[in-house]
Amino acid sequence: MKIAVCIKQVPDSDKVTIDRETNRLNRTGVPSIINPFDENALEMALQLRDLYGGTVTVISMGPPQAEEALRTALAHGADEAVLLSDRKFGGADTWATSYTISLAIRKLGDFDAVFFGKQAIDGDTAQVGPGVANFLDMPVVTYAKSVVVEGDHFKVEKVTEDGFEIWEVAKPAAFTVVKEANELRMQSLRRKMAAKKAVITVWGFDDLGADVGLVGLSGSPTKVSKVFAPPVKTNKATITGTPAEMASELIKKLKERNVL
Amino acid sequence: MSKEIWVFAEQRDGVLAGVVKELLSKGRELSEKSGFELCAVVLSEDGGVFCDELYKFGAKKVYTLDNAKFSYYQNDYYSRSIADLIKKYVPEIVLYGATSIGRSLAPTIAAMLHVGLTADCTQLDFDVENGNLLQTRPAFGGNIMATIVSPNHRPQMATVRSNVFKKEPVDNPSGERIVCETNLDGIPERMRRVEVIKESDANTIDLNAAQYIVSGGRGLGAPENFKLVYDLAAELGAAVGASRATVDAGWISHHHQVGQTGKTVCPVVYIACGISGAIQHLAGMQSSDVIVAINKDPSAPIFDVADIGLIGDLHEVVPELIRQLAAAKG
Repeated sequence: MKIAVCIKQVPDSDKVTIDRETNRLNRTGVPSIINPFDENALEMALQLRDLYGGTVTVISMGPPQAEEALRTALAHGADEAVLLSDRKFGGADTWATSYTISLAIRKLGDFDAVFFGKQAIDGDTAQVGPGVANFLDMPVVTYAKSVVVEGDHFKVEKVTEDGFEIWEVAKPAAFTVVKEANELRMQSLRRKMAAKKAVITVWGFDDLGADVGLVGLSGSPTKVSKVFAPPVKTNKATITGTPAEMASELIKKLKERNVL
Repeated sequence: MSKEIWVFAEQRDGVLAGVVKELLSKGRELSEKSGFELCAVVLSEDGGVFCDELYKFGAKKVYTLDNAKFSYYQNDYYSRSIADLIKKYVPEIVLYGATSIGRSLAPTIAAMLHVGLTADCTQLDFDVENGNLLQTRPAFGGNIMATIVSPNHRPQMATVRSNVFKKEPVDNPSGERIVCETNLDGIPERMRRVEVIKESDANTIDLNAAQYIVSGGRGLGAPENFKLVYDLAAELGAAVGASRATVDAGWISHHHQVGQTGKTVCPVVYIACGISGAIQHLAGMQSSDVIVAINKDPSAPIFDVADIGLIGDLHEVVPELIRQLAAAKG
């Protein structure tokens, strides 16, 4: 099986702090990690490869330093890595990102499956998986918890709001993967060493034969018009006292707000 | 032909998603500001059964796409059919619930049509100067709000979180059903649902739908102390949530995890017990109506987002709270 996994490098949100003066995020010194959900996508791809043979190609779009995330993926067991990096890709929204990634996947050849995390923790949009699937003309199952091969199709367990669904999907197909699917395997020492020396393919605008009007900022239908701190809560209350006093004061305050 | 605002009327097993009524209620406000007509689009076996309810929340037109293949959400059939309908009528705005269906369907359609899509909006407004839909969403854990526009592409599309807007029926509902032709012959059947398994865990109330949520964090001190959280939840008819730290420590199953890598919730009341308030947690609960924090440490970041902060030991406060709530019920 030829499998692709799309990953994104994101700042580690557990280590991000807020500058209380400006209400902005302090990103300085915050380590970059592979988007946690993409780890589950990677593990699912690796398990399928281990079962059925084949290769796992990891693909990321981002600045040159996103290469680090790809090396990490190699150390966990991926076979090859491709970085899409070009100034012309900068400022891409999910539409332009999906388009660009789909061009790279097409250039890499015919895949049986393409995996994504269910969403990225910096943007939380969950749009790139379905977007890429559309450009590749593949069916997509979102929120996949397990994927197995059954003859000429995949059998997929999909998580929904109130339980699960089982789907049958023709090959090739795309999947976005939930956290409860699995846990990414440890890096092996051998893989880690190899990943350090591995050659990572870097493709830019010219390599993909992209339409300049469809990538980066110019290909992005959405624009950020304003960024602001969330409104300060008015009517904030702090309660202290004995446990009994605090409990009764809380009940009183909830009743005052008509929520109890 | 007047310009239109569309709401995707998501239905499952013949029941409209709650968020559809919220979107229509908000859509009326946008309709008044913009002069665009508010419409709903429903894909099902027979859309006729949904029309009255959609008129009731303000739809003046209901486009029904009726086909046996629409009995459940299948991304290929749904996305192609809606994209075709959008191409035919070119609405100015299309809104979807940020449900598992909406969050899969909307990006597929956006990719097909090369239009903008803003995810998980919590505020919508209309700029009468330039016709832009002002789509505001929390970014990076809710610590920053961003307003997104799609000035040059139509329709402007957004998914909107559940429980953010109120459901407000109209006084004198009236509307018109437009029966649309559906032709799915050219779409190969690449995927089909073969089984539905509902989770019937009697002990857990769905976090997404819950009006009240009581959540526990590391401050509980030990896994067995989740009993306090469960007891308080039972008293309030609340769902039980948890921080990532407690899930990672194996104190409670990940089904309960609230936060960036867990569930995003917006109940009427969210009670955080012994949760310090890492950004990753705040991201999942910050849009709750009333946030109550119980924590020993007055400098815990959870107090920054709390509406009501109780500075004290949860092991003392929570039992007292349970006792008083029970006593009040008699």
